[in-house]
Amino acid sequence: MTREQPPLVELRNMSVSFGGVHAVDDVTIDLYPGEIVALVGGNGAGKSTLIKTLSGAQKADSGQIYIDGSAVAIHTPRDAKALGVETIYQTLALADNIDAPSNVFLGREILTPVRTLDDSAMEAATRKVMKRLNPTFENFKQAVQSLSGGQRQSVAIAKAVYFNARILIMDEPTAALGPAETEQVRALIRQLKQEGIGIFLISHDIHDVFDLADRISVMLQGKLVGTVNKDDVTMDEVLAMIIIGKLPEEVTETELEQLRG
Amino acid sequence: MSVTEAPPTEPERLEESSRRSFRGIVRTTEIDTRLLGLVSALLVIWVGFHFMSGGTFLTPRNLWNLSVQTSSVAIMATGMVLVIVSRNIDLSVGSMLGVLGMVMALLQAEILPDIIGFDHPFTWIIAVVAGLALGALLGGFQGFIVAYVGVPSFIVTLGGLLVWRGVAWALASGRTIAPMDSTFQLLGGGSRGSIGQFPSWVVGIVASVGIVALLVMGRRRRQKFGFRLRPMWADVTFGVIGCAVVLGAVWVTNSYYLPETIARQIADERGIPWPEAGLNIPLGIAIPVLIAIGVTLIMSFIATRLRFGRYVFSIGGNPEAAELGGINTRWTVLKAFMVMGILVGLAAVVSTARLNAAVSGLGTLAELYVIAAAVIGGTSFAGGIGTVPGAVLGALVMQSLQSGMVLLGVDAPLQDIVIGVVLVTAVAIDTGFRRRATR
Repeated sequence: MTREQPPLVELRNMSVSFGGVHAVDDVTIDLYPGEIVALVGGNGAGKSTLIKTLSGAQKADSGQIYIDGSAVAIHTPRDAKALGVETIYQTLALADNIDAPSNVFLGREILTPVRTLDDSAMEAATRKVMKRLNPTFENFKQAVQSLSGGQRQSVAIAKAVYFNARILIMDEPTAALGPAETEQVRALIRQLKQEGIGIFLISHDIHDVFDLADRISVMLQGKLVGTVNKDDVTMDEVLAMIIIGKLPEEVTETELEQLRG
Repeated sequence: MSVTEAPPTEPERLEESSRRSFRGIVRTTEIDTRLLGLVSALLVIWVGFHFMSGGTFLTPRNLWNLSVQTSSVAIMATGMVLVIVSRNIDLSVGSMLGVLGMVMALLQAEILPDIIGFDHPFTWIIAVVAGLALGALLGGFQGFIVAYVGVPSFIVTLGGLLVWRGVAWALASGRTIAPMDSTFQLLGGGSRGSIGQFPSWVVGIVASVGIVALLVMGRRRRQKFGFRLRPMWADVTFGVIGCAVVLGAVWVTNSYYLPETIARQIADERGIPWPEAGLNIPLGIAIPVLIAIGVTLIMSFIATRLRFGRYVFSIGGNPEAAELGGINTRWTVLKAFMVMGILVGLAAVVSTARLNAAVSGLGTLAELYVIAAAVIGGTSFAGGIGTVPGAVLGALVMQSLQSGMVLLGVDAPLQDIVIGVVLVTAVAIDTGFRRRATR
């Protein structure tokens, strides 16, 4: 990874508060092309709120977002998408009553010259992107509510990557999946990384994090504890950051012992 | 997904199994089973009433009347589908129909005669345009309060139900406003509001050509993208059944003749000597029915082929997903209410024209019939599910029950009981099927 170029995306000094509570308090994180940065922390640490300022679903009180080194304004999900930022939400954000192609193109439908929906073109495009993501996927005409968890996940991912995402935000991508499907999604994330996409990965699963991430940013009570290279730390040290908010160089052996129980 | 499905990668095997099982046939031909169930229910009702009434139900006269009586509720039901699909409800349509009918009647009977004279050729156009525009305005206003102010639609339109009814009364202090412009009257059907024999056949033939063209175009599109084609026998069957239904319906409306008194009037007007054997003038398709059919086609198109329709469905399926997809959900909901208002205006045209008068009670309880039609037609109150043709069939089912019971001489209270029971039963059956389908 070369660090001469500016980061693909940088969230600088971001703050969000909900009525007196600092959900995100002066946090700075960045991401380079082809890199996976895991964002970890306990419940209510502020990970989701921070990332929503990038995806356009949450307004920041202060702070500035830079993409390719230049300041950008993101107010709505549409703004974010226009900048190549795509988000896969934990809830997947799929409309259960419509089929996979309609979900992939929701809000960005392909239209015929007379401005009607071009469902055939959308289905063809979805088939093409699915061939790359999940070759066994065949349910293009069914409402997505009848699909399995993994299939739904691939629809949500297709929705994000079809539009040439450069920055991908994945919120708990494997939380609702069985072991086989989890492995499938992990393989997919590695593949997207290979293609040069920068990925923010929010996860509770420390194994996911160590398996996939290049760097790990830890949040606690709205503040950034620190960002570490995965290869420089152990799982215990990351747990110490998550739970007691101490960096590997600050944490003592006795504290680590206590954490191990 | 069910385990019995053949692997889709083996089309031949699928083809083979599809001939064996009913489910397979449904799958390969992509028939909407819910619509099929509704059509079957309708046929059972029709045949049942025909025998119980001693052969008076399935007559050209009764079917023609049934078609005219259904049109007003059917027109509104197509819009109610969109409103309910977007997870809202409109309880105000009956009262709004009262207001819009009253405004159009006042325009024709009291305001415009003073300005351009009674029965001026433009009178009906001005009245209709004013009615539809006011419908869009009232509907849009309610939609604005729902979408932008955030008051639940149940409350907003419950308020509308009271307010608009009061306004309808206040506009004319409860008087009956009559008569309507003579051209306007035609829009309500009645003895002269039909298009006649030859134009009806033209409509039937154009519709048949349209059905065949749609099937052919559908095949071409699938071929172009290399998707699996529906078996030829299925497309041919659809085409034959579709054309047969259309042409059969035209034949029925053309087999209903004008009553002798009106036939005589027309003969006199045109200077035709009255023949000894009498004169059989076929009515053909009634104008309000033609309007309802046109509305059904347009609303189906809006619901399934335009972005607006897709957005309404996605909001019903998952409002958050729609919002995150960058859809302007508020504006979409407002537009759905606006479309509903325009359709109420159209239904008010038909009702007022048919009655040849406006009364302040016009449309009372219509909201319940419209909602019931949409729901019997498979629209889900949870949002996200519903079809326009389904709602129209729902309206036809309800009107058939009502007309049939009138033919049998069933008391009015018992009629209400039967319709109420049918409504709940229909939804219970539908819910059962849906639960099985999603497992």
